[in-house]
Amino acid sequence: MAERPRWRRILHSLRRHPLLSIGVFIVVGIILVTVLAQYEWFTPYSPTMYRDAPRLEGPSCAHWMGTDHLQRDVFSRVISGGIASLIVAFTAVAISISVGAVVGWISGFSGGWLDRGLSLTMDALYSFPSMILAIVLVALFGAGLQPMIWSVTIVYIPTYFRVARAEVLRVRETTYVEAARAIGASNTRIVARHVAPNTVNALMAVSSFNLADAILTVAALSFLGYGLKPPAPDWGFDIQNGQKFLQSGSWWLITFPGLAIITLSLGFGLIGEGVSDLVNPKRKRKKV
Amino acid sequence: MGGLPRYIVQRLLLTIPMLFILLTIVFILLRVMPGNPVLALLGGRNVSPQVIADALHRYGFDRPIHVQYVQYIGQILRGDFGNSINSGRPVLQDLFLKLPATLELAFFSMLIAGILGLTTGLLAATRADRPIDHGIRFFHIGSFAIPLFWLGLMLQIIFAVKLHWLPVAQRIGRETIQSVTGFYIIDSLLMKDPKVIVDVLRHLVLPAVTLGIAQTGLLGRISRASMLEVLDMDYITTARSKGLRERTVILGHALRNALIPIVTVFGLEFAILMGGAVLTETVFSWPGIASFLVNSIGSRDYYAIQGTVVFIALFISVINLIVDLLYSFIDPRVRY
Repeated sequence: MAERPRWRRILHSLRRHPLLSIGVFIVVGIILVTVLAQYEWFTPYSPTMYRDAPRLEGPSCAHWMGTDHLQRDVFSRVISGGIASLIVAFTAVAISISVGAVVGWISGFSGGWLDRGLSLTMDALYSFPSMILAIVLVALFGAGLQPMIWSVTIVYIPTYFRVARAEVLRVRETTYVEAARAIGASNTRIVARHVAPNTVNALMAVSSFNLADAILTVAALSFLGYGLKPPAPDWGFDIQNGQKFLQSGSWWLITFPGLAIITLSLGFGLIGEGVSDLVNPKRKRKKV
Repeated sequence: MGGLPRYIVQRLLLTIPMLFILLTIVFILLRVMPGNPVLALLGGRNVSPQVIADALHRYGFDRPIHVQYVQYIGQILRGDFGNSINSGRPVLQDLFLKLPATLELAFFSMLIAGILGLTTGLLAATRADRPIDHGIRFFHIGSFAIPLFWLGLMLQIIFAVKLHWLPVAQRIGRETIQSVTGFYIIDSLLMKDPKVIVDVLRHLVLPAVTLGIAQTGLLGRISRASMLEVLDMDYITTARSKGLRERTVILGHALRNALIPIVTVFGLEFAILMGGAVLTETVFSWPGIASFLVNSIGSRDYYAIQGTVVFIALFISVINLIVDLLYSFIDPRVRY
């Protein structure tokens, strides 16, 4: 039988895995809206201009999610406020996968003191609470996009290091690697041809869960004031702002940005569930 | 020395290199990155360079990094974590002052997470693939996606601002407490004043529930998976075919074996819990270790940051050790 086109296969597996397709739908939808909302014509009001709306009013027909203390439309800020979270999460996870996997492969293959030293360092970072580590790092690096990317990257590197290293240790002992070595394959070739493809599945599942976690970490960092500078719309920062008006009962300032964070993080989480089911069919039967 | 004591000593020795690596990373980063504690202490602006240089010299921060490092390690080996630049007190003293607040919060949130996670996990496992199972699984997955600080704020809005049932923040309201142990629950019980006890408890509810719900998802999922695995085993079929009541089978036979992976997760959760404590303590103005760390970072209080990082890491190692030791109580096959 002829091989079906790749996109047909992807569509097919999406239909068979409802969790995965809901997750993909949510994430793609949020990315689309967030990117479009960076253009003024897409948002109903300006997300950044002061005095564009009444002050601190609850949700109404004109302002679906109410307005804030600087007289801005909360809905416009919510649909455009995910940009930092998305950029930081994707960039940080991409860098930490590359760095973590490569260092993990090297460490696993070389063995000896290098492996021991690297493993110990990664374990030390891994065992420390990731949220506290991220806060300490971002506070040292400063505030803004780049510091957030670096701190989230460092927090996740040990995870990928461990996954990649474990895979090397497993594959290194298999007969086919021994055979490859016997016919004179170099270490680089063994990693590229035999170890890397085997690691991809495990890395994929881990990375979707990590993206879900990264969204929450970025939100927390912005909430603590290490995110984008005002007046840029940002979920975490807007929630921190809303906290000041909590006693007066302005619930909409906090509720809606929070729901946006939950939806995006849940989307990545569902993709993670779906991908784990895909790469490990046994898991689906047990429905962990 | 054999058996258990030997195992405990071995495990504690293994944590030492880990603590040193963490400490070294933080130590170097603190000194390489911009900002210094003196600037924050002097107020930042309008200070002449001479004053800053003098202050740096006074604390020894003008010496080369490796000299400072060797000196600091020497200090630590003598059990001296240095003085906090903000408070002037020894860092260890500050930490022990803040520890009870964090422990109190951690204990009650773990209790809530344990009860919620275990019951929902068991409920889902015993009714696998029925609507209640799907509902509970959705709750577990959903609880991973909720930002902890947001949950805390929402609870504050609903139960403190709108309904006026509970206080918004802090550990205690108008009542005065004589702090003996630092654990307000114990202190209030010692005072035998019901008004104080109720006040302390009311302040504890929202932070503990916030941090507790955040831990529930992982615990619930593992409980469900572990229980499902055990329920598949032959001895459960035997127990059922003997005519035992379902209750006895689940609680008497299955639960004990299912508990082993659950307890492991309980240990792992402690690291996540400390991370969550930072946000919970911030939202609820809870004067614990985590908020102490955040404040120290803000003012670049070198000794306080280094001390707290080591303290938290050590604390988590000890908790994990205790969890490991718990195995032998749950599972008689485990021997050290």
